[in-house]
Amino acid sequence: MFDSLSNRLSETFRSLRGKGRLSAADIDQTLREIRKSLLEADVALDVVKTFIASIRERALGDEVSKALNPAQQVVQIVNSELVKILGGETRKLQFAKTPPTIIMLAGLQGSGKTTFAAKLANLLKSEGQTPLLVACDLQRPNAVDQLMVLGEKIAVPVYAPEPGNGIGNPVAVAKQAVERARKDQHSVVIIDTAGRLGIDQEMMQQAIDIRNAVDPDELIFVIDSMLGQDAVNVAKAFQDGVGISAVALTKLDGDARGGAALSVATITGKAILFSSTGESIASLEVFHPDRMASRILDMGDILTLIEQAQKTFDQAESNKIAEKIANEQFTLQDFLDQLQQVKKMGSLKGLMGMLPGMGKLKNDLDQLDDKIVDRTQAIIQSMTALERNQPRVLNGSRRMRIAKGSGTSVTEVNQLMQRFEQASKAMKSMARSAPIPGTPFPVANKKTVKPSKKSGSKSGNPAKRAAENQGLSYQPKQSGSSFGLGN
Amino acid sequence: MFEFLRRNKRSSQSEQVTLPSRSLGSAIRSLFPQKFDLADLEETLLRADFGIAASEEITQELARQLRDVSDLSEQQKRTLLRDLLASKLTRKDAALNLQSEVFPYVYLVVGVNGAGKTTTIGKLAKWLSDGQWKVIIGAADTFRAAAVDQLATWAERAGAEIVRPQVPGQDPAAVAYQTIERAISEQADIAIIDTAGRLQNKQDLMDELSKIVRAVEKQTPVSEVLLVLDATMGQNALAQARAFTAAAKVTGIVLTKLDGTAKGGIAFAIQRELGIPIKLVGVGEGVDDFAFFSPKNFAAALVAG
Repeated sequence: MFDSLSNRLSETFRSLRGKGRLSAADIDQTLREIRKSLLEADVALDVVKTFIASIRERALGDEVSKALNPAQQVVQIVNSELVKILGGETRKLQFAKTPPTIIMLAGLQGSGKTTFAAKLANLLKSEGQTPLLVACDLQRPNAVDQLMVLGEKIAVPVYAPEPGNGIGNPVAVAKQAVERARKDQHSVVIIDTAGRLGIDQEMMQQAIDIRNAVDPDELIFVIDSMLGQDAVNVAKAFQDGVGISAVALTKLDGDARGGAALSVATITGKAILFSSTGESIASLEVFHPDRMASRILDMGDILTLIEQAQKTFDQAESNKIAEKIANEQFTLQDFLDQLQQVKKMGSLKGLMGMLPGMGKLKNDLDQLDDKIVDRTQAIIQSMTALERNQPRVLNGSRRMRIAKGSGTSVTEVNQLMQRFEQASKAMKSMARSAPIPGTPFPVANKKTVKPSKKSGSKSGNPAKRAAENQGLSYQPKQSGSSFGLGN
Repeated sequence: MFEFLRRNKRSSQSEQVTLPSRSLGSAIRSLFPQKFDLADLEETLLRADFGIAASEEITQELARQLRDVSDLSEQQKRTLLRDLLASKLTRKDAALNLQSEVFPYVYLVVGVNGAGKTTTIGKLAKWLSDGQWKVIIGAADTFRAAAVDQLATWAERAGAEIVRPQVPGQDPAAVAYQTIERAISEQADIAIIDTAGRLQNKQDLMDELSKIVRAVEKQTPVSEVLLVLDATMGQNALAQARAFTAAAKVTGIVLTKLDGTAKGGIAFAIQRELGIPIKLVGVGEGVDDFAFFSPKNFAAALVAG
């Protein structure tokens, strides 16, 4: 839907090629594009305006006009300014000198406080703390139950003396909880509170009362990363109302560009400590300003992609694959293993979305079907070991059996085989032209692997040739009818 | 009022049914809280989440209309803008589907996490059972902790029946199927199915939604797929509407949390790009705090002085 900012700027600058310097008018046109990009990412208008003004100043300076690639230079400036704002006062969670450390959460309805409370407790627990969760959301139906269930899941005690659903006094609960924590020697107390609107004075007063009762070391403002222009008003209301010390961004695993983060950071001047990125309880990350900046500008998130890849891919396994490719021994079994590794990294669409410049392809990406991976896997898994290693033996009846076994059609099996052949061909030519990164050995020389043309296949297609040569050494039993109905 | 609703229940007149609602106007804040100024209309609209395209379009159209006339009073200008805004949102198919007379009606309620699905269902169920409809709620949010209990609390308030998952974490499509089965056997008027919140870029979860639709349609057609959108959402709501429509053919939008400071301008962007009618609005946490969406009232509130 959106073009990436870099793409858009390159487009703008294309017309300027040949010009020695960028004029103020050129810069202004660029800034318009940046403005658009920021607004599309839901950065608050006032923040955009100040931001553009400061970019303009820098962009008119020497660093841009003298740059070889002005578009990139401008993007760079925008990026670094964004990081500067998002970084705020970069800091970690503040712990009390004498435990327990008291953390209070506040935010709008549905921003994800209860889930965040559990995620934070889980994270702190893994760091050796002994957290106590406190159910002070006595408003929303069954918020107390939700926290208890989550607490049980992560084996963190939950203090919930009141049933909730409108019954009980949250201020008293918070106060008692701190006493309880002292007695039971919990090192951290995390207080979940009811969602409230900034303009709801009664509820804001309640938040202030809780704050005054427990004097928290951190008052974390939990905010949905999908929030629009209103983020500014909301942040201001909480800042002025109850006073906040830090920010946590939730639902960052969606595809929102998260401009609200920038608005909130600018308006409150408070550091964003955490970003919550998934349905699983472990998906809480320390916030990275640089990655958020790239995301707002739609420049991709290469770092996260690389990290995910590193987490998932086994180096030894990769080396083995590289060797196989070089030796033209890459089989469907290896292909399957690779697919499964890629799958572990998350959805294809999500992965592709992290690549820079993919904004342009977003429409195509929407067509991308993650189920293709599943179907491919099913097809390969329906093959015998022999078929996986020597695809040449796949005659009509085998293909039909495979299609049946995998719930696909013969056409799909055929398509997969074609793709596999193309892929192995591409991999071979890649292996020859350049060493595969991370490969500890020089990639095999063509000559050492290539079978003599005189014996075996005469195919000019290396993949086909390899397959045919392999096929030559194996004589499949030609038994059974052509309908695949047994012997 | 509720007797009236009962009488008309089987007579295709749901447009005449009035919601027990408070005035929508008081909940929505004007675009012009201080003074009425059209000079920076585009910025004003941008600030209200209209998005770039819709803001530009509306600004240009108003400028065109103003060019042809002169010496308009402020009130006349307000009216002009109000009518323009209202016309952008007015649609013929904005009424809830309560007149097809295929019983039970089946409403599927979908949306991202925290949009207000469960609350919406509670309000809807309350309104319908107050009107003597027999309502069955299907708790197909089998993922979020305590979601079923939250819904059960609402069902109790509304006096509606609830179909719970038989085992925790049961396939939501199965729960939906059982809900419809029960609705048919007990001759309920309407089955409302809650679903788990899902972010629209999670393909497997969106597929799950399609599966729920298929499971329901094995027994009876789905009358409405309501997408619950948080009015405070920014431009991402467009992506949400697009993805949910692709997975489950959204027939209407419920705009929630309009009681805050958000203006809900995203409604215009969605209307402009996808043309999905807004059918209901939520304006508070109380059980009666919702209303049918009225483009006229909405626009009037936005330009109110």
